[in-house]
Order: sequence, then structure tokens, then C-alpha cells
Amino acid sequence: MSSRETVLARIRAALADVPAEEAPQDVPVPRDYRRSHVRPGEDTVTLFAERVADYRANVTRTDRAGLTDAIAAALTRREARHLAVPAGFPTELLPTGGWEWHPEPLDVPALDGLDGAITLAAAGIAVTGTIVLDTGAGQGRRALTLVPDYHLCIVDAEQIADDVPDALARLDPARPLTFVSGPSATSDIELDRVEGVHGPRTLDVIVVESGLDAARTA
Amino acid sequence: MTGQGVVWLGSPPFPKAAREALKNDQLRANLKRATTTIRDKRLAVASELDDWEALRESAAAIKRRTARHLDRYLLQLEESVTVAGGTVHWAADAAEANRIVTELVRATGEREVVKIKSMATQEIGLNEHLAEAGITAYETDLAELIVQLGDDRPSHILVPAIHKNRGEIRDLFTAEMGSWGRPAPDGLTDEPAALAEAARQHLREKFLRAKVAVSGANFACAETGTVVVVESEGNGRMCLTLPETLITVMGIEKVVPTWSDLEVFLQLLPRSSTGERMNPYTSTWTGTTEGDGPSAFHLVLLDNGRTDTLADTVGRQALACIRCSACLNVCPVYERTGGHAYGSVYPGPIGAVLTPQLVGVETAASLPFASTLCGACYDACPVKINIPEVLTHLRAEVVEAKGRSAEALAMKAAGVVLDSPRLLGAAQKAAALGGRVLSRDGRIGRLPGPLHGWSDSRDTPAPATESFRTWWRKNKENGESR
Repeated sequence: MSSRETVLARIRAALADVPAEEAPQDVPVPRDYRRSHVRPGEDTVTLFAERVADYRANVTRTDRAGLTDAIAAALTRREARHLAVPAGFPTELLPTGGWEWHPEPLDVPALDGLDGAITLAAAGIAVTGTIVLDTGAGQGRRALTLVPDYHLCIVDAEQIADDVPDALARLDPARPLTFVSGPSATSDIELDRVEGVHGPRTLDVIVVESGLDAARTA
Repeated sequence: MTGQGVVWLGSPPFPKAAREALKNDQLRANLKRATTTIRDKRLAVASELDDWEALRESAAAIKRRTARHLDRYLLQLEESVTVAGGTVHWAADAAEANRIVTELVRATGEREVVKIKSMATQEIGLNEHLAEAGITAYETDLAELIVQLGDDRPSHILVPAIHKNRGEIRDLFTAEMGSWGRPAPDGLTDEPAALAEAARQHLREKFLRAKVAVSGANFACAETGTVVVVESEGNGRMCLTLPETLITVMGIEKVVPTWSDLEVFLQLLPRSSTGERMNPYTSTWTGTTEGDGPSAFHLVLLDNGRTDTLADTVGRQALACIRCSACLNVCPVYERTGGHAYGSVYPGPIGAVLTPQLVGVETAASLPFASTLCGACYDACPVKINIPEVLTHLRAEVVEAKGRSAEALAMKAAGVVLDSPRLLGAAQKAAALGGRVLSRDGRIGRLPGPLHGWSDSRDTPAPATESFRTWWRKNKENGESR
């Protein structure tokens, strides 16, 4: 008997108390938890910005017109000059001047030699302050936001879901997903939090309120 | 033999190990500080969710549904992982899992692997087994690195090196890093940031050259074949994405039915575990993705005593554990003895119920007694494992295994009494009368008759002069309760 058959036979023997006619749906799963923990009247984008900042990430809010300046300001503050740019990133947003933009594809040693990476996101989660990347356009391979020491992520306000349930419903599990909540961190030494053990030490987030911008200019 | 590797051979039984641990003031100070800190953080972020109890109920129910139909969900997982480009292997015990992983590594021609912190691979003793086969396994979680460099054992599920302080870690890095790869920098201080930087430099050269990685899994969705790893440092992301081959060893109980079930666990796990709203990094992958991440993915489904645990209708709830370690941090016994005293990969309250079931109660007979039955672990558990219930159940099994001693009968009797409010009331009244006769300064020393086995290693608090039920009835009637 193969181990597959052995394990399955053991499971079936172990579940002798489960009636043969019982279907999984016959075991009730209550779902009366909240779909969202955003409080009534609370602004989702403001909450997202606050919660991301709680992880010691730097958060900037801007509109579409101010985005290029916001990118330039973030990179200047971090003294990041050599940056990876994933395929599909809208290069017209990138500031000109003292920066070198390294387009994909890049191998891992090349990434290791850069200062950081700039990407878009697939989703945000307000209650937990999380950014989700799904390797789609403008986000790059998973290594891109991992190997360099700095990650600048641009999130469209409309991408921000209230809470974990809405976010999971928006995402496609067939794609490789990375949920990022603040910079890399460890508390393994006397529970002192230290940022940047293996992943990026610094995370900056720019929230683009394109919807708000459109409403203002209308 | 199932369950092998779960207990550490040569470890003294818990009472003896605990007595030794209690003499170590430094250890107790480290533990107290750590458990208090995590406990407070957990309470703060759990209380942010006013539906915490509903989430726990849902999580427990999802785990119950999965356990009762485990064969079906594992077959579904196998199918969906295979369709997505992965390969599924089944391992009946530790030896088989080790053999499978070793052969998979050998087939790549590589002699070293990078590893993500994983309870399952610790349980099967994978690193030691790979070493015998000439393959070096590098632990990449900072705490696991500390444990590995020190030829030590983990002492906590979440923070395995909690028993070491910064000075000890600095000395260890300075002395040992060089023999494993890049040495620690000269003049390394004991600042946590400096130590983390030394680990970053030491491990980065390994990440950048590694061709094979081994991980565990926090969850796997049967419906989609998606595997989930929850972490903080990014070492997990390094292992999951940079190598060409990824081998994931997963206990069969880690499967959940659907992708959307994760909405429950991803809210409960980080808040219960590190006391954060969300852990820094969660990675999910479904088979392989062309041009991104490993081109070969192997999922090893591990039994190793889990089906024996499943067969026990009381004890099977322990398989719902999501390894958050909240029960360790609230346990008065763990807080004083630390994890090594349990002599097992799984310490603390969950270890006291899981370990004896995975290896058989006769092999870990003292662990179900390593508890005060205070119930704090049950309150803290995000998936509502009734640890005290399983503990008393296993105590009865332990004494039964030793022959039908008087204590066994007393435990069985206690089970009957605790199940019935009426009998409990009667027993408490009787104990209140009896206890007053026996106690001095509110403590009872050695209990008479068959109960001395209980009282030999602990003081028994004298029973209250009236039962809580009686007190409640009286005070409520007097209108004093609020």
C-alpha cells in the first residue's frame, strides 16, 4: 500500500465516529463576524495611512498631479538614486534629475546592488495597514520588492479595501501574492523590534487620491 | 513508528526538568519580561476587534469541519496543487518525510538548502537527517539561526531563542558564525540592531546562492491549492522566491477548505501571535509561476501521529492549533519553566496536549500534568481549543496506561463530576467541609489516600468555605451583584 493510501486509510479509520452520510456542509460554520472593522463615518484612506504609519513606514498622501514631486521627495529623503522599475510601471510618473532607473528584467545580484525599488500595488487593507502585491503590471517579480533595502510603493486610494475579507475577495489566489505590513522586522532578540533583517529596511507609501482629485477639479 | 522526533530523546521528565529550570533566575527574568510584553500587546490588538469571539467561533468551526472530512480536503488539495504545477508527496511518518525531502534535494545535485522556520521540519528532525546525508540545512529565521549556531534547542514556538539574552547572542555570533559562513564583524556589540545586521550579512550570501529551499506552511487551501506562509523578517520570502526548487513540509491538519476561509485566520493569527494587526509579510503561492519564483514545487503531506490524534474524539481538537503561541504566553507554568522543560518540539499548554498524542501518552506521560488547569490557555486560544479538557482527558489516559491506579479512578471520577453542575455543586460543598479540617494557612499539604500523587508535587489551595454557585445565589438574591 502506498503511503498515500496508508494515510487516507488511517484518516478514515480515525473518523469512525463521523456518520458516512455527513457532508462537510453538515458541520455548520457560523459567519457572523464583521466583514469590516472600519467604524461608521471613518475614512478608509485616512485609516489606511494611519495604520501603515504605525509600522514605522512613511506615508504620504497626494493627488495625481503631485505624484511625481512626492516620488522625488521620498527618494531624496532616503538618498536612493539607483532604483529598479518593474515592467508596466507608468514611467511618465518618474521624476527626472539625479536618478538612475533600472528596468526589469534584472537578476538577483543586480537587484542586490541597487538602492531600492519603486512599484505599484494590487490592493491595500485599511484596518491592518497592509499593501498587497500580486506581481501584476508595475509590481514586478517578488524578488524586486525583497532584495533591495528600500521599497517605495504607490497605492491608488481606490485600491484600498476596508478589511481583510474584502481584500481577499478582490485578489486572485492563482497569482503569487505578497502581503506587506510595514518594513521587514524581527523581535527575536529580547523582543526589541528591529527593522530590516532580510527584507527592505525602509518602506515608504504614497497614497494617490485620484478620485478626490477628479472630484476637486470637476 | 509514528510521532518520532516530536520528543527530544534523553530529556528528563517535566517535573525534573522544571525543577532545574526554576533555579535559573536569568531564564525566569527573560521569560517573564517576554511573556508579559507579548501578552499585553495581544490583548490590546484583540480588543480592537469587537467580534473577536465570533471570529474564534468561526475558526473553530472551520477546523472542525476540516478535521471531520480531512480525507476529502487532502485529496482536493492534492488535485489543485497538481493542476497548478506542483507535486504532492505523502509521508506516513518522520522517517518517510525525511527520506522524501532528502531524495528531492539529491535530485537537484545541491548539497545545501536554506530553511524557513518550521515546526513540522523540527518535529521530524529534518536538519539532522539531511546532515547525515551530507546536506547542510541553513536556518534563516534570526531566532532559529541563534538556536542553530548554539547547537541549542528552541524554547518557544514563536520566538525560539527567547531564553537567550543579547550578550549571549553576541558571544555566540562572534564565536560561531565563521564556521558556518560569513563571520560576524569585528567589534560586534550586543545592540539588537547590530546583531540583526550581522545576521543579515551572514545570511544574505546564502540566500543569493541557494538553489533549494525547505519551508513549512501555515495554511493550504484545498479549493485553490494555495499555500500560505506568515512571517516577519523576509527570510521566508527569500526562501520562497529566490531558489529554483521549493520543498514544503506540511502537517495534514494545516489544510483549510477555501481561499476565503483565510479571512478568518489572517485576522486571528497575527493578533494572537505577535500582537500585531498584521505580520510584516504573508506569502501565498499556488503551484509554480512562470518567470517568478521556484520552477519546481513539492508539497510533502505529513502524518507522523496526526491520524492517531484524529482518532481521539476529545483530543483531536488539538489539531486545530495554528501555532500562534498565545497559550504559552499566558501560561503560569510556561512562564516559570520555559520551553526546554517540556522536552518536546511543542512546548507550553499546546505541547502538553499535542506532544503526548503525537507520540503516544506513555512516551510523554508527565506532560498532561504540566499545568495548573487554570484555563488561561483556553481563553487565549484563537481557535478555541479546550486545552484543560484535553489535559484532564489525557491525564486519565496516562494513569490508565500505567495500570488502573487509584489516581486514575479519581481522575475519571473528577471528569464525571466536572461534567455535571449538580454533582460539581455537591462536590464543592463536601470539599469545603473537608478542606477546612485539613488546611493550614489556606494551603493543604499532603492529601490523604489516593490523591497524594497529586499533592506530592504541589500545594493544593484549600477549598473556599462556600462554592461560587452558593456565593452567587446568595449575593445575587441580596442584590449586591452588578
